[in-house]
Amino acid sequence: MATVAASAPGPRVRVRRWASGFRSRETWAAFAFLSPWLFGFVVFTAGPMIASAVLSFTDYSVIGTTHNVGWANYHQMFHDPKVATAMKTTLIYTVMVVPAHVIVALGLAVLLARVGRAAGFFRTVFYLPTMTPAVAVGVLYLLLFNGDFGLINGTIAHFGIHGPYWLIDPNWVKPGIVLMQLWSVGASVVILLAALMGVPQHLYEASAMDGASAWRRFRDVTVPMISPAIFFIVIINTIDALQTFDKVYTAFFNGSTPYGTDASLFYVIYLFQQAFTYYHLGYASALAWGLFLVIAVVTAIQVIGSRRYVYYEGSKK
Amino acid sequence: MSESIGLPGHSSAPAVPPVPPVVPARRQWWRRPKGNPLSTALYLALLGLMTVIFLYPFVWAISSSLKPRTEVFDNRLIPRHWHPSNYLDLFRGVPDIATGVPFAHWFVNSIYIGVLAAGTVTISSALVAFAFAYFRFPLRNVLFGCVLGTMMLPGAVTMIPVYLIWNKIHLTGTQYPLWMMNLFGSAFYIFLLRQFFLGIPRELFEAARMDGDNYFSMFRRIALPLAKPALIVTFVFEFKASWTDLLKPLIYLNHDSQYTLPRGLYNLLGTLGPSNGGHGDYQIVIAGTVLATIPMIIIFFLGQRYFMEGIATQGRKG
Repeated sequence: MATVAASAPGPRVRVRRWASGFRSRETWAAFAFLSPWLFGFVVFTAGPMIASAVLSFTDYSVIGTTHNVGWANYHQMFHDPKVATAMKTTLIYTVMVVPAHVIVALGLAVLLARVGRAAGFFRTVFYLPTMTPAVAVGVLYLLLFNGDFGLINGTIAHFGIHGPYWLIDPNWVKPGIVLMQLWSVGASVVILLAALMGVPQHLYEASAMDGASAWRRFRDVTVPMISPAIFFIVIINTIDALQTFDKVYTAFFNGSTPYGTDASLFYVIYLFQQAFTYYHLGYASALAWGLFLVIAVVTAIQVIGSRRYVYYEGSKK
Repeated sequence: MSESIGLPGHSSAPAVPPVPPVVPARRQWWRRPKGNPLSTALYLALLGLMTVIFLYPFVWAISSSLKPRTEVFDNRLIPRHWHPSNYLDLFRGVPDIATGVPFAHWFVNSIYIGVLAAGTVTISSALVAFAFAYFRFPLRNVLFGCVLGTMMLPGAVTMIPVYLIWNKIHLTGTQYPLWMMNLFGSAFYIFLLRQFFLGIPRELFEAARMDGDNYFSMFRRIALPLAKPALIVTFVFEFKASWTDLLKPLIYLNHDSQYTLPRGLYNLLGTLGPSNGGHGDYQIVIAGTVLATIPMIIIFFLGQRYFMEGIATQGRKG
């Protein structure tokens, strides 16, 4: 800093000038407007983050005395078979649902892009499931995917296929949940449709002139041009999938259906049980930080990995 | 999408001589040079199939909610015996189980909490967003970075200490934790509204200042009315989030008269199930889910115009 050209103000002057900003009326007004968020940020975000980190090194459980247990919670995390199961379930599900989600959303958006005038109607059709409360989706899933009487198996039986036991068979639980989740693909369809509409027509004309087939035009013009929207959807849905809770909790852990087995034990469900069923709040805090780390790593990999594939108009390279 | 596209016979380039297969209208990489009837038929069939798949669960739910218990799983479109009293059972309780289901309470609770949650978050987020959009002040970028950072933070990390805070002030077991934190703004809406405020020409604010407005009345008289579409989006998004949330009611509510609809339906599903001595009266749960979904659909249609814009802009921040 001090080695900047001599004409630039020295660091002390700059600090003083910066600090003098705090005296201006505008700054006071700005902080007055900001005050609700500042309070909320300190009390309900930053403070709890620190508290959660501290708790994760204790055996806190609301009642009884609390001890500092060092790294024991984290140690236990790595040796708790349920954590391994839940993490595996969650990761496998994520790997299944995210590509499926992107492909279906893109397919529907492409279908809608062609509809023209009636696009509004179909957009509504595909969006409505996302307005449906998660509990309602869970209930419907439970009934429609019933192995013996459900509509799904009843329908595919017409084609001579004997449907699996979606709710019980460990091999079919996760694919079933993926299908349930795909029903709520609407928001992504809307985002992708908006992106598709933004692709300049002259690019298609130019590539058609060059004799590119429809598929080539889709692959080499459309997909690169809407890659920021696709990337956004991948990131958001990955983070979402890693935190799957309400639909699965409704369908599989509701006290009426005994299906809550390892195959549907998602990480956040296990975390929730540890925290609010057993009140192992220290351990649950450690689990939360474990999840945070996984999400951070996965997102970082996606961001770095995307650099080659995501095209931002107006940016260099 | 003002012009119809993809229709054979429609041409927006009449003067083009019939030479190479130039794609005429807009965005038609999927289209054969001459609208192929086979591909059009295939396309329509696919669109129709997808529409049926996406709509049928709603139809199934409405139909099943009007059936007697024994016919829920017959999956007929039209009920063989009409049994609309399922909806009444929601309010007066299920005969055999003898427990009154306070469904009306849940409904009112959901509306009450939803309006409070959405109203508070809209006002507080607008204030904060305006600060980030209009004022120049030290630490602005750092603080805005914090806003964006909280958007990335998984809820599980702060869930437990926040619960302990509410526990400490003896408000667990009440409905306050379900909406009160919205008084302090929410990162996503702050981001959304800030983008909107940035689009308002600065001259408007300067003119208001000339008229002797102070900062707050400038916010109230200029910024808020102009941001109405974004405020509606915020309100609708948050109302939906509150209406559909299951996790917070699971954590904070412990008496069934306080429940919101998702929490209540979750409970109902458990109580009516066979393993809890129920008969599997799913038709009543389905009637409940239908009633819980209808307000969302109404809200959607009322706010659709603003709503779609709001969703589409999410993708643009990429």
